[in-house]
Amino acid sequence: MLRLTGAGRHFDNGTIALADIDLRIEAGEFVALLGPSGCGKSTLLRLLAGLDIPDSGALAWDARAAPSPGEIGFVFQDATLLPWASAARNVFLPLRLAGHGFASSLPEINSLLDRLGLGGFEGAKPAFLSGGMKMRVAIARAMIRRPRLLLMDEPFAALDEFTRHRLQADLRALWREQGGTVVFVTHSIYEAAYLASRIVVMTPRPGRIATEITSTISSEADDRRIDPAYFALVSEVTDALHAVMPA
Amino acid sequence: MNAAERFAPIAFGIIALLLWQGAVSVLHVPPYILPGPIGIMHALWADRLSLLVALAATLSITLAALIAAVLLGMILALAMASSRLARAAIQPWAVVLQVTPVVAIAPLIIIWVNQEFAALVACATIVAFFPVLSNTAAGLAATPPALLDLFRLNGASRWQILLLLRLPSALPFFLAGVRVAGTLALVGAVVAEFVASSGGFASGLAGRILESGYRLEIPRMFAALTLLAVAGIAIYAVLGVCERLILRRLEGTS
Repeated sequence: MLRLTGAGRHFDNGTIALADIDLRIEAGEFVALLGPSGCGKSTLLRLLAGLDIPDSGALAWDARAAPSPGEIGFVFQDATLLPWASAARNVFLPLRLAGHGFASSLPEINSLLDRLGLGGFEGAKPAFLSGGMKMRVAIARAMIRRPRLLLMDEPFAALDEFTRHRLQADLRALWREQGGTVVFVTHSIYEAAYLASRIVVMTPRPGRIATEITSTISSEADDRRIDPAYFALVSEVTDALHAVMPA
Repeated sequence: MNAAERFAPIAFGIIALLLWQGAVSVLHVPPYILPGPIGIMHALWADRLSLLVALAATLSITLAALIAAVLLGMILALAMASSRLARAAIQPWAVVLQVTPVVAIAPLIIIWVNQEFAALVACATIVAFFPVLSNTAAGLAATPPALLDLFRLNGASRWQILLLLRLPSALPFFLAGVRVAGTLALVGAVVAEFVASSGGFASGLAGRILESGYRLEIPRMFAALTLLAVAGIAIYAVLGVCERLILRRLEGTS
């Protein structure tokens, strides 16, 4: 669907965030970008979104796949909701920017919120929602226009373990239902192994792609977290991550 | 804040007033040096009509200046937020106006602006507009970058970003600026009145204070001061309540 070739990005202070990134994302994949803090994962995500431009190399979308505004969804580390708007109004935002009306969008918004376990909270302002609920609203906002590409930047990092597991399960289920392509930045091996169909392991600064590991967990597995293939994947990814970390 | 803390300022005020009145009575301090609170209340009541008319004059200048300051501060902040060039051009001059004492500018303005009310409002506006400008500019600049990215990803126009994101994000900053500007407008109005009074205009509370000073009517002077202090507190409180109501309505908090 899109590819980065030889992409590099450095900042004004001389820090090299990314060097020589070759990455191809296929339609329908769930790709996890995994690496230690400061390895340029978030920068890479911004390059994919077109929010930032590589200094060297290039980002190319396949013909017919190039996104128009609203076809890329983005979920940030914080929910970053509009504090003055209700959950439903927050989810409505991308539609509003595309010129849709609130009343006609409401059934769609409510059903997505409901699907994400927020039925009954459509009218609640963010101040009355828990951290996990806010993140659910942020995910709904990113998915309401059924984006071709959904980019997620450590969205669950600030949540407690229980909430995180629930959200991971819901996100995966939603991806399987709706299709679409997800690129998910995380520094958690377990999160990457549970969610992704392919794991891209990155090195510490400057960020390079160390290796890519394709998940062998059956998509039909009853509970991915206790599937033998999950444990094998976790240990393979752990080895790969240890190999790139300085001793 | 528990009940004791809530009533502490009132209790402290009452004790201070009692001590004041007691000291003045026991030591027989003459009222033309320091009147007691009771004497001041008498003077306030005896002269209520002229003092209230003066208060109304001062408050009308304050209110007009506050409105002008809010409009001016908002327009300048929007101009500064919309272009870096405008920001670079406006910012130093706003600071110049802010750091120049209004007492020093007031005589010029009173000469230039021929109409007394307008001249006084202009002086008070100069004092009051800066917090609106700086707060609103800070609020417009403090829009969360992630939300700006989100708007851009969804193809939002500059106009949509301003209307749906930057202005509402700046609102709490703006309201805090307005609250400060309210009390500054009163200060500016009184300072300008003092300058104008020396030139013969004397409709506001500053005029009553000067006049009482000339006549050694010190209780009346204190009475005018009391009205000013109450007016200042009332302005601050009313604007604070408006701020809280607006924010609660919008965000459902605080």
